[in-house]
Amino acid sequence: MARIVAGIATSHVPAVGHAVDSGRTEDDYWRPMFQGYEFSKQWIKDNPADVDIIVYNDHASYFGMDIMPTFGIGTAGKYEICDEGYGPRPVPVVMGHPALSTHLAASLILDDFDMTVLNRLDVDHGLTVPMSLMYGQPDAWPTRVIPFPVNVVMYPQPSGERCLAIGKAIRDAVQNFDEDITVRVWGTGGMSHQIQGARAGLINLPWDLQFMNDLIDQPEVLQHKPHLEYMIEAGSEGVELIMWLIMRGALGDDVNEVYRFNHVPASNTSVGHLILTPKD
Amino acid sequence: MKPNFEQFTDIPGTTIFTMEMAQKGFQLNEFCMSLRTQENRDRFHADERKYLDEWDMSEEQKQAVLTRDFQKMLDGGGNVYFLSKIFAAEGMSYVQAVSTMTDMNVEEYQAMMVAGGRDIEGWRSKKERGEA
Repeated sequence: MARIVAGIATSHVPAVGHAVDSGRTEDDYWRPMFQGYEFSKQWIKDNPADVDIIVYNDHASYFGMDIMPTFGIGTAGKYEICDEGYGPRPVPVVMGHPALSTHLAASLILDDFDMTVLNRLDVDHGLTVPMSLMYGQPDAWPTRVIPFPVNVVMYPQPSGERCLAIGKAIRDAVQNFDEDITVRVWGTGGMSHQIQGARAGLINLPWDLQFMNDLIDQPEVLQHKPHLEYMIEAGSEGVELIMWLIMRGALGDDVNEVYRFNHVPASNTSVGHLILTPKD
Repeated sequence: MKPNFEQFTDIPGTTIFTMEMAQKGFQLNEFCMSLRTQENRDRFHADERKYLDEWDMSEEQKQAVLTRDFQKMLDGGGNVYFLSKIFAAEGMSYVQAVSTMTDMNVEEYQAMMVAGGRDIEGWRSKKERGEA
C-alpha cells in the first residue's frame, strides 16, 4: 500500500529560479533566503520518497485562456519545461508516474472531483522552482512527479473548502494504491505578494505567520477563509495560498511541524516554507 | 451560487482578474501567449504595430502594449502573468515591470521591498482612503 510520508509548502518565485540558474545564490541579496532551505535540502536527502505530487499553478505558461482547468492532474510519463518568455529554465525534464497518476485521477473523479486529465503538459516555474529549492541542481530529479495544476489566476478560484477536501481525497486515493511506495504532497505558491497595480509590493508577514499556524493547527477553520480576504490581506497573488490547503488535507488530521522558514523579500514576495509529516 | 465579480472593487490599486475581465482581455492575453516562442518574439520586436494588428485587440489595448502601460493593459483585461511575456522577452524582471504601475521609480520600489515590502496599513479599502 502506498503511503503519504510528508507535506512540503514553499513559495515558487520565478526570480529564485533565475538566481539558481545563473549561479547567484551566494549573492548578498539571495544568500539569506537560500540558507533557509539548507535544512530542507539535507532533510529531503535523509528522508527520500518515491513520488512527489506537486500542487502548483501555471502562470500563463502552458495554459492560456483557451483552456483554464480548475483542477488538473498530469498523467504523462514526462513533462517538458515551458518557455516563459525568455527560453526554458535549464533544469532536467520532469519524469512522471503514470500508474499512480492514473489511479489518482480516476479515484478523484469517482469521488466527485471533476479533474481535467492532462496526458500532455509542460511545467513552469510554479513546479520547477520548488524542486530547485529542495533538490538543488541535480543532473536528473531524484523522484517521479505528478503535477497537479490549480487555477489560482482567474476568479473564481476553487474555494478553500474544496481545496482541503480534494487534499483528503488525494490521501484516500494514495492509500488505496496497491504498490508499496512513499509519496509526498507539495503545496506551492504564496505567501503574501501583489505584482500589479498601485498597491504592488504588498507584504503582510503577520498574516502569513498566522496562516501557517492555522494551516498546521486548524485547517478545518482556515478552509472557510474567503477569497476576498486573501486578496485584501495577502495581495492579489497571495490567493495562491489556497493550494497549501490541498497539501494539508493530504496529511490527515494532525501533523508534526518538522521545519518552518520565512524570508522577506524574494523579488516581490514574502517567502514561506514548511515541512510537515503526518501523525498517524 | 451567484457570482459576485464586484466584491473586489473596493481594494485600492488592485485589478482582480475575474472571469469577466478574462473575457474582455482574451485577445490581449492570447497575443501575450504567442510570445512564448523566440520566432514570434523576433517578429514582434521587428515591427510591433504590424504584429499587434494580427490580433483582434482594441486600439486602446494595442496602444497600451506599444507604450508599455501595464496598468492600462490590466484595465483592458490583461493579467500580469500573461503580460510578463512582454517584459520577460525584453529582459525585464517582475520588480522592474511591476514598479512602473506604482508611484515609485524602480530604485524606490526595490528599496521598499528590501525594507519589508508595502505595509498594508492604509491599503485595505478605497473607502477608508477616501477614494470611493
